[in-house]
Amino acid sequence: MSIMEYNGGSVVAMVGKNCVAIASDKRLGVQLMTVSTEFPKIFPATDKSFIGLPGLATDIQTLSERFRFKINMYKLGEEREIEPRTLAHMVSSTLYERRFGPYFVEPIIAGLDKHNQPFICGMDLIGCINFAKDFVVGGTSGESLFGICESLWEPDLEPEDLFEVISQSMLNAVDRDCLSGWGAIVHVITPEKVITRTLKARMD
Amino acid sequence: MTTRLEQPKGGFNFDNYQRNVFLEQKGITLPKMTKTGTTIVGLIYKDGVCLGADTRATAGPIVADKNCEKIHYLAPNIHCCGAGTAADTEYTTALISSQLELHRLTTGRKSRVATALIMLKQMLFRYQGHIGAALVLGGYDINGPCLYTIHPHGSTDKLPYVTMGSGSLAAMSVFESRWRKDLERQEAIDLVKDAIESGIFNDLGSGSNVDVTVIEKDKVDVYRNYAKPNERGQKEQSYKFNRGTTAILKESIKDLVIITEGIEEMDIS
Repeated sequence: MSIMEYNGGSVVAMVGKNCVAIASDKRLGVQLMTVSTEFPKIFPATDKSFIGLPGLATDIQTLSERFRFKINMYKLGEEREIEPRTLAHMVSSTLYERRFGPYFVEPIIAGLDKHNQPFICGMDLIGCINFAKDFVVGGTSGESLFGICESLWEPDLEPEDLFEVISQSMLNAVDRDCLSGWGAIVHVITPEKVITRTLKARMD
Repeated sequence: MTTRLEQPKGGFNFDNYQRNVFLEQKGITLPKMTKTGTTIVGLIYKDGVCLGADTRATAGPIVADKNCEKIHYLAPNIHCCGAGTAADTEYTTALISSQLELHRLTTGRKSRVATALIMLKQMLFRYQGHIGAALVLGGYDINGPCLYTIHPHGSTDKLPYVTMGSGSLAAMSVFESRWRKDLERQEAIDLVKDAIESGIFNDLGSGSNVDVTVIEKDKVDVYRNYAKPNERGQKEQSYKFNRGTTAILKESIKDLVIITEGIEEMDIS
């Protein structure tokens, strides 16, 4: 068994027309036993950016706190909000610092920059950044997500259409993965507002 | 800035090492790191160096990135192709690039390729191959065009035409049959392109597009996606869902305040 499959969970992010979306499932398990169906894997970094952390639950929580600390220190030092691209490099260096004793997470970052340009990126567990222009996936249903996103995603989706695409991708991918699922949450970030929706999903 | 939480000073951190060894002993496998698989090449021609790379990154058998950049900047006159563990190639080149920049500022001279070579090989040797970076280093300095390969353990070669990565055999077969002394610029670019394409088509670890960088005296040309032999076809149908397809349990909307720059004229009517 891979350590990434110990607690289960998946995250996906997509780019739309002047908007981005990030979604995750809500399951926390210990191998095949589900422990919680309200386990957050997406954390707000700024008003317009989120960090998704699929992987080992203990590392998800350690890192989410470390990132919260670093983002707050950046804000105090620079007197401005951190840009998503800067955030990605901060997360990446934090992971590469542990090159020889890594945290078991595959972070995914989604947000709008100061010009409201969409930005998403994914990373492996030692911080190799993947700057994608379409979508990034991570977690136990990564392979299923790759497949469905590759066929459903198209350029220039409006926020409401992007929501449908990312939601359907997420729901259908986790239905073929017993380690992910049990509810899902979607954030759609637009220049005017952040829409957060909890989805109705299979609970088995 | 003072804080009670200890902030790192740089260098690697081994805090999680014991835990991870323990997990490994329990029979738990570690996750896949992103590898570049890769075909990277370089050759010396009449008045410069030409570097080439494919753009596929893999995690095991899965294509992790279809269009990544493998030709890294080291100095204005030096670039470096990376193969192996993607994060390692990214961070070793970034680290040496930063050290070279500081070196240029203290000495006031242009960086030499040999300097970059020594810095890279000494670093890789120090880590005894645990930093999995295989590099093709190319540049133009006072000694003219220079081309080297560096292996993950720190050994180096100086050759007129080189290939590295999983597609190195495919690419080398092209070089061995067609490379000759004093190629013209366009001939060199074409040869590099063909070598990378033979890697893209014959090696599973390499794929997608061809990146080319040409370094001449006081001139660097970066051709990102010089050739795109694997362009994706246009989708014939849209698979858009009707709005409202997904059942929602809960919704919350956070409205953001939009601040516009500039002063609006006051209404005094």
